[in-house]
Amino acid sequence: MNVLVCVKQIPDPNVPGKLDQTSHRLVREGVDLVLDPGDEHAVEAGMQLVEKLGGEVTVVSMGPPRALDAVRKALSMGATRGILVSDAALENSDTLSTARALAAAIKGQLFELIICGTESTDGYSGAVPGQIAELMGLPLLSFAKRIEVADGKVTIDRQTDDGFDVVESPLPALVTVTGGINEARYPSLRGIMQAKNKQVKQFTLEELGLAGQAGKDALTQEVVEVTPAEARKAGTVVEDKGEGGKRVADYLAELKVI
Amino acid sequence: MIWVYAETVDGVPRPIALELLTKARSLGEVAAVALGPGSARAAEQLAAHGAGKVMVHEDPAFRDLLAQPAVELLAALIEKHKPELILFGMTYEGRDIASRLSARLGTALIANATDLDRNGAGYSVISPVFGGSLLVTTVPRTSATPLVLVRPKAFAAEPGGNGKPEVEVLTNPVSSSKPAPRIVRREKEKAPGPRLEDAAVIVSGGRGLGSPENFAMLEELAAELGAAVGASRAVVDAGWKPYAMQIGQTGKTVKPTVYIAIGISGAMQHTVGMKGAKSIVAINKDPDAPIFKLADLGIVGDVHKVVPQLIEELRARKRK
Repeated sequence: MNVLVCVKQIPDPNVPGKLDQTSHRLVREGVDLVLDPGDEHAVEAGMQLVEKLGGEVTVVSMGPPRALDAVRKALSMGATRGILVSDAALENSDTLSTARALAAAIKGQLFELIICGTESTDGYSGAVPGQIAELMGLPLLSFAKRIEVADGKVTIDRQTDDGFDVVESPLPALVTVTGGINEARYPSLRGIMQAKNKQVKQFTLEELGLAGQAGKDALTQEVVEVTPAEARKAGTVVEDKGEGGKRVADYLAELKVI
Repeated sequence: MIWVYAETVDGVPRPIALELLTKARSLGEVAAVALGPGSARAAEQLAAHGAGKVMVHEDPAFRDLLAQPAVELLAALIEKHKPELILFGMTYEGRDIASRLSARLGTALIANATDLDRNGAGYSVISPVFGGSLLVTTVPRTSATPLVLVRPKAFAAEPGGNGKPEVEVLTNPVSSSKPAPRIVRREKEKAPGPRLEDAAVIVSGGRGLGSPENFAMLEELAAELGAAVGASRAVVDAGWKPYAMQIGQTGKTVKPTVYIAIGISGAMQHTVGMKGAKSIVAINKDPDAPIFKLADLGIVGDVHKVVPQLIEELRARKRK
């Protein structure tokens, strides 16, 4: 059972993000960069499968050279090797370019399953996994809160608005996982040391045969304006000095909901 | 012509389908595509919300298999009719179909839209970023039909249009050359009380409650108010509550009259789903919690003191 896990390095989601007003891109300078916490669950899901069934986890990412840190973090959780697609032309990529780059890097790898987070924590369009699945002709099993692999089949519990659906598909397939699927492990000290010596292959667009087909030469869309949203008017914030509950009740009465 | 991918369940349009049609008809001529058994029955209601034409296909594959049959059919229909734009709901179904379809067509997919406008011969799309603090305007740059994923409740559904659609019943064989994921069982995890989507009052809990047992307090409060109970992602990820109760980016978008956030810090992942509430009340012990920036009334205090007092107060006022 060989598993590929796609990961993304993002600005620390606990720090409020900023957009550069001129380039309309995420400001990355002066912000800590981390492995997307959603992707930690994808790595964990992959590790649990290979620990049970044998095989290896390979981590795949796209980003600037420093995205190597996010790949190393996943390696320190137990993944065997990494792949990083890095090319200046990929700056400012849209989701389809990202998917093309990742799919090209994945082609030629041996795998039965690809696992991704349902969406990145910074961009949250959730488009890349479905695009990779389509480009590679794979079934997409999305929003999994449970994965099971047996008899050449993958079965998931897929979140729905009012519960979940049990969905099954033959392998190979692509699964996206939600944060609720597992508790991601912390890398051990030994894991961190070992990760330093694990192999990470790096590719440019040209090496993947994608020159001109992804990144700045193949943008499908353009951000033309960024404006501050109308903020909600600041309300009243009071410290509870033993009357907090009554204060809320008064307010609800004012709004006529009681 | 703008197309709306109209999600239906057993012949009944989902609310998002009617929301999308309401917006689309303000921009131009609209056609809807509804797939799965019973979809023809949905045509009348889709027309009543602005679809001049409704294309339906009743094959059970659209209900039982994820995304792929819809992608195959839509790709063929787009090739034939070349619509200017297609709107999908940012839902489980809409996301899977639109993302696959964008890769198939090599076209723009613009996600998280909350508004749309005409822009010369094309369209521009507005989406919030960073928990809604900024709005970005995006324009498609492809010759192929652009796809837009619109957040639920971005538009209010209102009837309008002539109500007599041209219905095209499609019968193309549903291609099955590639293996597709199949839904083998559907499970419901229904929370008590009104549905989050419809409730006028929502009481919602986060990690600040301390433990899953403390949710009982919220349920008591909700019962007093006739409210629905929601939860933050932290709480759902921790397994305290089922996903069906999650409000936020990955959960439900709600627009109640009053939203009472209890022990919720207000991460943007959460606020995206609730900042459309008419009034927001927050109770949290951390005075710096971002939720207080949104709240019309914020109480900095211990939820275990404030909430029981609130419940008691509501009961006392009812007795009067």
